[in-house]
Amino acid sequence: MLVTKPDAAAGARPSRGAVRIAGVTKRFGDTTVLDGIDLSIEAGEFVTILGPSGCGKSTLLRIVAGLETETAGGVAIDGVAMAGRAPNARDIAMVFQSYALYPHLTVAQNIAVPLRMRALTPLQRLTGLAPREVRDRIAADVRQVAAMLRIEALLGRKPAQLSGGQKQRVALARAMVRRPCVFLMDEPLSNLDAELRVHMRAEIAQLHRQIGATFIYVTHDQVEAMTMSDRVAVILGGRLQQVASPDRLYRDPDALAVAQFVGTPRINVLPADRLDLPQARAAGAAQVAVRPERLEILASPDDGGGKLKGRLVHRENLGADLLLHIDVPGVPAPLIARTDPTTGETLAIGDELGLAVEPRHALLFDGGGRRIRP
Amino acid sequence: MSGRGSVLLLTAPAMLLMAVFLIGPLLAVVALSFTNYQLGQPSLSFVGIANYLEMAEDETVRVSLGNTLVYAAVVVPASVALGLGAALLIEAEPSLRGFYRASYFLPVMATLIAMAIVWEFVLDPRLGVVNVVIKSFGWKPVDFLHDRKIVLFTLCGIGVWQSVGFNMVLFMAGLTAVPRELYEAAAMDGAGRGFERFRLVTWPMLGPVTLFTVVITAIRAFQVFDTVQVLTDGGPNKASEVLLHTIFAEAFNFFRDGYAAALVVMFLVFIVALSAVRLFVLGRGRTA
Repeated sequence: MLVTKPDAAAGARPSRGAVRIAGVTKRFGDTTVLDGIDLSIEAGEFVTILGPSGCGKSTLLRIVAGLETETAGGVAIDGVAMAGRAPNARDIAMVFQSYALYPHLTVAQNIAVPLRMRALTPLQRLTGLAPREVRDRIAADVRQVAAMLRIEALLGRKPAQLSGGQKQRVALARAMVRRPCVFLMDEPLSNLDAELRVHMRAEIAQLHRQIGATFIYVTHDQVEAMTMSDRVAVILGGRLQQVASPDRLYRDPDALAVAQFVGTPRINVLPADRLDLPQARAAGAAQVAVRPERLEILASPDDGGGKLKGRLVHRENLGADLLLHIDVPGVPAPLIARTDPTTGETLAIGDELGLAVEPRHALLFDGGGRRIRP
Repeated sequence: MSGRGSVLLLTAPAMLLMAVFLIGPLLAVVALSFTNYQLGQPSLSFVGIANYLEMAEDETVRVSLGNTLVYAAVVVPASVALGLGAALLIEAEPSLRGFYRASYFLPVMATLIAMAIVWEFVLDPRLGVVNVVIKSFGWKPVDFLHDRKIVLFTLCGIGVWQSVGFNMVLFMAGLTAVPRELYEAAAMDGAGRGFERFRLVTWPMLGPVTLFTVVITAIRAFQVFDTVQVLTDGGPNKASEVLLHTIFAEAFNFFRDGYAAALVVMFLVFIVALSAVRLFVLGRGRTA
């Protein structure tokens, strides 16, 4: 591929698009939606804001966009405070969950709106009389971005004639055409069917590499967060819980809530006294969490001292994996173990099983759900 | 039961009611329009298209049709534009929204006959508030209801006053249906406020509501009657004669029901044409 961008050629980070969110708090009346969020995003980074619906993640994105005003704190882009700036004066673009295409305009006209708003005077927009070179430049920009997203064939259509995936591409094109340094995406894939979502996931990640701008991506879908981003910021109940790489977030969570939110099936949580772990006792841990794939099934229930024993209550064969639901006395919810289907072949519902956890794979948490690191 | 049989059976009650209360009377009116029927007369005879020929020559009908068209031409654009303006202003500012909404809607709910009497007082050349104000500026009082050149426009004014609230409510309903994300997209694109936002989002999204409002207002304008009957009785010298009032006079003052029926048929053609415009435009919008 021909590389045209000097930045990309040098492999260097782009110089524009660093976003700093400092102490951002948002209250609606008595309800605190966001509570002192601090988050620094480097130029060119792909950061996903992950959280369940209602956690305030969309509000945070809308504050960065300027569509919502923060109660306290502030947002700065490349060191410039954004307070009081209109959304279009922030050099950012946003892709909406519903795509928000203008239904009466063609695809080409939709994509051209941000350019027309900037390049033409109100009178020129109203009368349609603009200098030829300005109009040509807009048309060329529209064609270029359409080619990049492979939607040239759709330029003459209206949004109602497009499929979900096509609308998504048009929305991306409209965001990209202005070449902003920050892209905000609010659950952009949630209206697509499963197959298309997987496809667009790859496409958006590729687009990010190609244009090298900062992406801030909001989703409740942990798979999207894990597969696309450089770093993931987990927000739960209006508080930023942890910002880390997807890998780190999964292996080394800061809080029990994060450990439970990330990963399917959910992480297993046991009272610390059910596991005979010296380091848990030493640290005074209240709870121990173990990923399903780290829960070992012992050959016989009495192996390994037989400390943790349970009864198989349910099995789910996913093809590549077999999930075993095991009822352990003294543990509220059944533990889930992810095993190889072949090893679980001989097990039947109702069997007694012995379980073991390697100490280095046990995550320790105190009574407040905060991580205790060795 | 077969599919066709059950369809017929299930639609029968509605069909029957429609036939009895809508289609039947309509056909009766069309039939009457070809007779010389007079209210109270024991017999009637077929006169062919004589009523329609008379209608074409009738000076009163020509004046009244012209007045009705002028009335509609003033009331429709004015009350649609003012209704839209009121809806936009009220929606833009949350405070006192309920109060404004209710006060604009009041004329719609009020009985127009009663309101017409109030208007008669307000517009009275000697005692009316409006003329008191005019006189306080040192100008000559205006006889709003008896001046041939003014009376029709006075009625237009009252018509606008009465329709604005209704149109406003329609537009408000339309405004709430505009997706918020579209406004936000416009804000990101640089059309976040004022006229640009209106042109890019609000106006196009209100298209179907606007069409509906225009057609409904036009049909109501064609049906103007109460104010004319109470305030002017079509006068002075037919200056405020309108279609429905002419029909009423022919049927119930002169008892010429056959002729009145012919007028009703003409009136109906206008109303159907307006509805057809709406259906046609909506249908086109759906396929586009």
